[in-house]
Amino acid sequence: MAIFADPFDALSSLQQALDTFRTSGWLASGPSGGGSYPPVNVFRKGDDFYIITEIPGVQKSELEVQVKGNTIRLAGNKSVSHPEKASLHRRERLAGRFDRAVTLPIEVDPDGVTAECRDGILALFLPRAESDKPRSIQVV
Amino acid sequence: MATAQELAVRDKKELVSKDEKTVPGRYYVPFGDIYETDEALCVVMEMPGVERKDVDVALENGVLRVDGRIDFAKYEGMEPVYTEYNVGHYTRSFTLSDKIDQERISAQLDDGVLTLTLPKAKEAQPRRISIG
Repeated sequence: MAIFADPFDALSSLQQALDTFRTSGWLASGPSGGGSYPPVNVFRKGDDFYIITEIPGVQKSELEVQVKGNTIRLAGNKSVSHPEKASLHRRERLAGRFDRAVTLPIEVDPDGVTAECRDGILALFLPRAESDKPRSIQVV
Repeated sequence: MATAQELAVRDKKELVSKDEKTVPGRYYVPFGDIYETDEALCVVMEMPGVERKDVDVALENGVLRVDGRIDFAKYEGMEPVYTEYNVGHYTRSFTLSDKIDQERISAQLDDGVLTLTLPKAKEAQPRRISIG
């Protein structure tokens, strides 16, 4: 699927593509630790997968990422702090502990998993296990 | 200090405005906290995916406008297979009272959280009157 067919509409096309896969049944509701925060987007690039999630305000020191089999666990603490003597006019930001596990329908190579957290976005690179890669069949 | 609200998944607030944007795409209103201390008004907004160079804070006619653009070129070559949230640029406007010292507004961006500090003009700061 060509996402960036028209550079002018690039953002719009990406947003539509993201909307289309909202109801995709690709991800199993795995042995989840608790809750559905943070919301994740899963992308495929070639044989490998990326999990992208938004966790603004979460420090790396408060974040824990674990891999076991084909389950990924994202846990941590999102904190929101205000100075002592401040009077709060509006509060929309949420805070608290999160612990979410997602199970992928593909085999992941746990040694190749990398995680990068920048500007409030956590991106996990999940390389597909060699044994799980599809094999091309010659058609005669 | 008030207890923080429970962490829950919320859809992003989409911008519904009477002004049209020339570039097609959905814009989102970032979630923000507003609090006030003796010296300043602080606005803290969550704009994940926005880098320092892509934030624009402008003040015009007493209206403070914050724009945060995301670099979606990072998504090139990636095919979505399962999504729970959408991405887009962020924008939010605030009308400021003249009690703000507009020259000294400062901004800081860390981990996708933008903190705007709007210092109050000297006259508006509470003054302690000592009893002689």
